Amino acid sequence: MSAFKHVTVAVFALVITGAHPAAAQIKIGSVLSVTGPASFLGDPEKKTLEMYVEAINAKGGVNGQKLQAVIYDDGGDPNNARTFMQRLIEEDKVAFLLAGTTTAATMPMIALAEEAQIPLINFAGAVQAVFPVKRWIFKTPHTDLMACEKIFADLKKRNLAKVGLMSGTDAFGKSMRDQCLTVNKKYGIEILHEETYGPRDSDMTPQLTNIKGKPGLQAVITTGFGQGPAVVTRNYRQLGITVPHYHGHGIGNKQFIDLATPAAAEGVRLPAAALLVAEKLPDSDPQKKVVLDYKKTYEGKTGQPVSTFGGHAYDGLMILTEAIARAKSTDKAKVREEIEKTKGFIGTGGVVNMSPTDHLGLDLSAFRLLEIRNGDWALVD
Amino acid sequence: MRFGGAGRLAEFLQFFFSGLTVGAIYALVAIGFTLIYSSSDVINFAQGEFVMLGGMVTFFLAAAGVPLPAAAVLAIAIAVLVGLAMHRFAIEPARGASAVTLIIITIGASILLRGLAALVFDKNFHSLPPLLGSEPWMVGGAAVLPQSLVVLIGAGFVVASLWTFLTKSLWGKAVIATAANRLAARLVGIDTARVVGLSFAVSAAIGAFGGILITPIALTSYDVGTLLALKGFAAAMLGGIGHPLGAVVGGLVLGLLESFSAGYLSSSYKDAVAFVVILVLLFVRPQGLFGGRGVERV
Repeated sequence: MSAFKHVTVAVFALVITGAHPAAAQIKIGSVLSVTGPASFLGDPEKKTLEMYVEAINAKGGVNGQKLQAVIYDDGGDPNNARTFMQRLIEEDKVAFLLAGTTTAATMPMIALAEEAQIPLINFAGAVQAVFPVKRWIFKTPHTDLMACEKIFADLKKRNLAKVGLMSGTDAFGKSMRDQCLTVNKKYGIEILHEETYGPRDSDMTPQLTNIKGKPGLQAVITTGFGQGPAVVTRNYRQLGITVPHYHGHGIGNKQFIDLATPAAAEGVRLPAAALLVAEKLPDSDPQKKVVLDYKKTYEGKTGQPVSTFGGHAYDGLMILTEAIARAKSTDKAKVREEIEKTKGFIGTGGVVNMSPTDHLGLDLSAFRLLEIRNGDWALVD
Repeated sequence: MRFGGAGRLAEFLQFFFSGLTVGAIYALVAIGFTLIYSSSDVINFAQGEFVMLGGMVTFFLAAAGVPLPAAAVLAIAIAVLVGLAMHRFAIEPARGASAVTLIIITIGASILLRGLAALVFDKNFHSLPPLLGSEPWMVGGAAVLPQSLVVLIGAGFVVASLWTFLTKSLWGKAVIATAANRLAARLVGIDTARVVGLSFAVSAAIGAFGGILITPIALTSYDVGTLLALKGFAAAMLGGIGHPLGAVVGGLVLGLLESFSAGYLSSSYKDAVAFVVILVLLFVRPQGLFGGRGVERV
């Protein structure tokens, strides 16, 4: 009976605090793909936000005001994302927005935030989330265009010019393919042959057989995320293809190596954030302290290996709270201006220098080129 | 590539083996549809979730330290329990309803199982070690995975045992009787509710068994069942639903269609090509490749 009473009281207390937030709270609204096909992106983002909002509040909040995060789960569905964004703006009346896991879910939310004139920092991968520049919209993750350029630069360094392109038919894989095709000429790279694969297919050997058969092939680039690239990597080895294999930044988690099997993944190169190789960074690296701290906190709290995706949420929250602190107010226009003035911010994704024409603020140095060796990431110079 | 002819042949063989691998996966999923359909006219859209349970439960039990063979047997047992529970709590209470209503119930059950799996397990992809090693065998310049053969043999084994069960055992004959005419079956003393329950249990076991065999190739996650069920269902329709051998042939044909269209036409349209061929075939032969024989059996 008494246990029941306690539960009732606890529930009641929750309802009360939920309904009447303290007056001096800063409400931050968020819509993330915590479940569904993009859950491995959205789940660490949500955990990171909750973890660090709590940490900031424990230290007294920002400008003496506590943060309150309102987080909804769109399940990876752009329609849900739009609905929840509307609710955040109209009913929850949030002051700032940290939202958008996938590019597809982010695009409709961008339109709403822009209209309501609320600063939004999103975590979408594709370049169109901040280009062309929209006044109220910012983002933290590297773009697929940067990934292409990083790969092409490395190919050029190794004197490899003729590549096969294997792209996933999902939005992420397709977007990176399109971006790669806009800059390959700049680096003198010729796309010999192109194939696509369904992200959930269980065998990609026909496509790889066609790529393998092209005379003069020097390297293969695979775009996409999730289990698809892992199957491509397995099939690549089964067919005995020996030219260098590059992947996009979508495979930046340890799980990829497990799924592809370490033997098949050996020698695969990819652009990735410094977070993946936190311990291996030289001590002189300005990012080392930030990424090590985040990694320790995240892995300690959740017991799961850190991924770059949660790092994007960390960067977004920190850029926002630092901007609020600098603005010394929660006025939306003033904070927006301060976000745009972010200079030399060291996050998990790189060193951020924003400007009125660049709402991402990362350059190619934010990406590290990694190679998979003995089932682990290794830095390539 | 030494000269054109050998290269062409190696290419052809590679597409063929790839088609067999994928086709064997579809076939194993497709067989699961046949039994429930024959006993109750219901297409069980939660069949993919049984496949998922096979792979996921085995992986997590193995990760917890259970030896792999025991984990596999336990996974099948758990899937059977889920199948029985699904019949007892979802299908049986609605027994008077039409087949369409029951099919919609199975869709609901599939969503529930997927959600539960996401909570109980996790949302990541997992793999199991292949039975005969991961080094491919080279046949005529093309690579074939030993596990593909395991999946094919597994599908053959399931078809053979299903056939023996249906024709040689009393319970199997009761299933056929129920499929033929439920009222008549009840009049001769067959407990039809129990027969349908049995078909759910056996289908769950087949699904889980298939899930364990295909996971080393296709990988598994909480939501892997949706797409597998769709492809398996297409394969079952192609072969003639309700016919175990038809399911296997349908699966292989579908896999080969996808692989050859990816290899020779365009990888972007491989799914479309496969489904167009199925549509055309079903226009010409609505009962599927083996469907006619199913009627004769009765």
